[in-house]
Amino acid sequence: MMDKTLAELAQGLKNKEFSSVEVTQAHLDRIKSNDGNYNSFITVCEAEALAQAQAADAVLAKREAPVLCGVPIAHKDIFCTEGVKTTCGSKMLDNFISPYDATVVKNFKQAGVVTLGKTNMDEFAMGSSNETSFYGGVKNPWDVKKVPGGSSGGSAACVAAGLAPAATGTDTGGSIRQPAALCGITGLKPTYGRVSRYGMIAFASSLDQAGPMTRNAEDAALMLNTMAGFDPKDSTSVDREVPDYTADLNNDLSGLKIGLPKEFFGEGLDAQTEKAVQDAIVVYEKMGAKIVDISLPNSKLSVPVYYVVAPAECSSNLSRFDGVRYGHRCENPQDLEDLYKRSRGEGFGSEVKRRIMIGAYALSAGYYDAYYLKAQKLRHLIADDFKHAFSQVDVIMGPTAPSTAFGIGEKSNDPISMYLSDIYTIAVNLAGIPGMSIPAGFSNGMPVGLQIIGNYFEEARLLNVAHRFQQETDWHMRRPQ
Amino acid sequence: MEWEVVIGLEIHAQLATNSKIFSGASTAYGAEPNTQACEVDLALPGVLPVLNKEVVKMATKFGLATGSTVAQRSVFARKNYFYPDLPKGYQISQFELPIVHNGKLEIVLDDGATKTIGITRAHLEEDAGKSLHEDFHGMTGIDLNRAGTPLLEIVSEPDIRSAKEAVAYMKKIHSLVQYLEICDGNMQEGSFRCDVNVSVRPKGQKEFGTRTETKNLNSFRFVEKAIHHEVQRQIEIIENGGEIIQQTRLYNPDTDETRSMRSKEEANDYRYFPDPDLLPVMIEESFIEQVKSEMPELPDEKKQRFMSDFGLKAYDADVLTASRELANYFEATVAAVAGEAKLCANWVQGEVIGALNREGMEISQAQVSPALLAGLIKRIQDNTVSQKIAKQVFEAMWNGEGDADAVIESKGLKQVTDIGLIEQVIDEIIANNPGQLEQYRSGKDKLFGFFVGQVMKQTQGKANPAQVNELLRKKLSS
Amino acid sequence: MSLEKSDVEKIAHLARLSLSEDDIPVYAENLSNILQLVEQMDQVNTDDVTPMAHPLDAVQRLRADEVTEANQREKFQSIAPQVENGLYLVPKVIE
Repeated sequence: MMDKTLAELAQGLKNKEFSSVEVTQAHLDRIKSNDGNYNSFITVCEAEALAQAQAADAVLAKREAPVLCGVPIAHKDIFCTEGVKTTCGSKMLDNFISPYDATVVKNFKQAGVVTLGKTNMDEFAMGSSNETSFYGGVKNPWDVKKVPGGSSGGSAACVAAGLAPAATGTDTGGSIRQPAALCGITGLKPTYGRVSRYGMIAFASSLDQAGPMTRNAEDAALMLNTMAGFDPKDSTSVDREVPDYTADLNNDLSGLKIGLPKEFFGEGLDAQTEKAVQDAIVVYEKMGAKIVDISLPNSKLSVPVYYVVAPAECSSNLSRFDGVRYGHRCENPQDLEDLYKRSRGEGFGSEVKRRIMIGAYALSAGYYDAYYLKAQKLRHLIADDFKHAFSQVDVIMGPTAPSTAFGIGEKSNDPISMYLSDIYTIAVNLAGIPGMSIPAGFSNGMPVGLQIIGNYFEEARLLNVAHRFQQETDWHMRRPQ
Repeated sequence: MEWEVVIGLEIHAQLATNSKIFSGASTAYGAEPNTQACEVDLALPGVLPVLNKEVVKMATKFGLATGSTVAQRSVFARKNYFYPDLPKGYQISQFELPIVHNGKLEIVLDDGATKTIGITRAHLEEDAGKSLHEDFHGMTGIDLNRAGTPLLEIVSEPDIRSAKEAVAYMKKIHSLVQYLEICDGNMQEGSFRCDVNVSVRPKGQKEFGTRTETKNLNSFRFVEKAIHHEVQRQIEIIENGGEIIQQTRLYNPDTDETRSMRSKEEANDYRYFPDPDLLPVMIEESFIEQVKSEMPELPDEKKQRFMSDFGLKAYDADVLTASRELANYFEATVAAVAGEAKLCANWVQGEVIGALNREGMEISQAQVSPALLAGLIKRIQDNTVSQKIAKQVFEAMWNGEGDADAVIESKGLKQVTDIGLIEQVIDEIIANNPGQLEQYRSGKDKLFGFFVGQVMKQTQGKANPAQVNELLRKKLSS
Repeated sequence: MSLEKSDVEKIAHLARLSLSEDDIPVYAENLSNILQLVEQMDQVNTDDVTPMAHPLDAVQRLRADEVTEANQREKFQSIAPQVENGLYLVPKVIE
């Protein structure tokens, strides 16, 4: 029952081939024996998971259970889980036992899904390599000397290593898609507002979006069916019907118009990565898709725009961590200012401090127009580029990341080169549209991700396009040794 | 040198909602500390705000009542600063696009003249918690029950030129928000408070002087005193060759002084930006029409109606419409009497308000109900008692001695209208005062008053004054 | 835009972050580099562009004015660094 997909596990549970307790225990055992190699979990919820599995078995025995009832998954440690430590990868929250559940967590609990544990991540989701975690970096299961990508690196690694069949992630500038690509799994960032942000610790509120990280597109569809939906507790959540994302998986792709933006295939793209992506495009052509050359002229500015918008929002979002009501508090504060400065200075790591300071600076008197307002205007132009593109094509494709996984420590002292590893993913968050990464081959033994971008609320189409590719190829079936 | 004072007011009115502006926690006053602070109010990681509909409705009401523009689109922004009573490290407020702007309000000055004060804007924001400075081993205690309570901040134009005008404006807003039932107006509990911006300039100068802001004044008296103090302080500084520093000050009612708050050097870099957790608030015409249809009669409309329907003078109508409760009291009295509006107005303004002021009570605490007062006014009307005796009856009613008829009966205050009885008393008095009679008849007309006094004394004030006059005149000259 | 040590100190104060003396020059360099990256934005003229604060062109939803939250003080304060008599304690606040 290991290495099965979510769909297979759900089917096996329905057919009573095994129980939820058995599946859960098997995964817990594998985490125990193997995660020492990867460091993909911050917290393993053994007792809670087994209790949930027992409850799920009872439901499965009695009546018609929800599709995913009894299946175990892992949550990125950015989601608040009641009664369980929720750290966001930070010393600041090392002692934080959440008093409530995030809406995403609640949705999975209600569906009878078991929580194996909380996965490692870049501190407050700020990073592209998982090296900023207070709990140490995560190692890429394909090569433990390499990074898994970030910020949802723990989620990506644990799925790639077979420690969990699926995991939740969040994506602010590529944090689902880039680690999915680097670890050879499937990851989907839905349209902004499709999944509730309530209880998901905010990094950049206008960009953050939760999504599934799985072995294949079908599992991603099953996960999204449970995650997506209107939440009255989130003003930015969209009140729009959730389709059955598995319904259109097998739709025919002939006549599908695929846009290839020239900006995604230029300087800085690793040659073997490019080749893998081009080969994938050929597979689509064989399925009857039409290729259209397009341009996203303003996308080259997405990294600069992102590094104003995201830090500005985070500098404000992270002000609540002040050592007063929860979280880290410094020893013997001399006065109020000392309490604030030392609690925050000790609780946050250097990348978080950098971004808070950039954000505070960009919003401060005299600089607001030149930085924040300018960035918001460019954001409009970047979104308009996509709008224009989607008047010509159905989906846009390109590489997820400019290269495969890089070495641990290789970029950790150079923030700028780290930031550029999200060059192809960031524009999607700025526009708020959905994007996916699926395995599309290898370069020097490391997985390459194909990025598929859709128009607003076109998750079903992305999943269809990804699923059909996975019917024709077996890149998603490959496992690290 | 002659100085001109320039004042602008920022009034914070707590909106009378059941739940907070962005969370479902209760806003009830006086709960145990932190028992009404939910996960959103505490700013736990991951929580998000959702706007209370009632708050938008209340702001719209205020906008309509002040002839303001109710913005079709308004935006919430974050005002960033660190303070322990501000759990998120930012206050959600409105900055560039407030929900209400460009209104005005007319105030009546002491001399009966009116003046229009501009309302720059009114915006929605959340209140902060409370810091309790009693000794917790030298620490400060934080209660976040108030955090997230909705506020409407009403900002005036710098149109006000004296402390008296400031108080008149503040009273008018105070009355208006209660008329609209959007704020309970309770100043002791902090539901209605005010920051005062004051500057002075030589009379005739166009440019404004440097202003100071005195914060958190929660009574009309404090506003008046704080302005007086601040104006004196500023004039003294300038006349001694000094300069006014723009700063935030606190008024201390115990010493009747303002003092500078500990200056925070970067205090003003609030790094405002649109709150990404909230979307633009759009107000449609249909919503405004709906609110309009639910609007109560406003003070100025009521005043006009009192003048035209009841024939009251502007001043009287103004006094009687100062609060919705007082106006209701007056109207209930008129209705119960079924007429005599002017007489009713005199009694409400005279005896009722007098008694309330004497005892420091609100109109809701009046010991004589409109029905009871009407009972008394009817007895004045039908000559059972004179105006003067009626005042005695009123006092007794106020002290709980029963309705007008019971008091008149038990105290034997019924007016004497029996002509025979009055004549008998007059005859007696004339007989007992031959000297005065002779002087009167020889031309000393003033002595007429002496005879009236004697008659009233003899009848313990109960004789009908008109009858006494008429009979006396006849008898003295015969 | 290149930031000096004093700029970093000012921003760190605004954001209430203590930084060690040794780290300040490193931050000054990092932040200056990031600002340099950010200044690529100036390549594009945006005079006639409206700013985009939200990905979706949606409007604020309004919640009914109902009390939905019960008292959970004990639970919330069980994770607080310092409380007494139901109050969160902080070093003395002087106004």
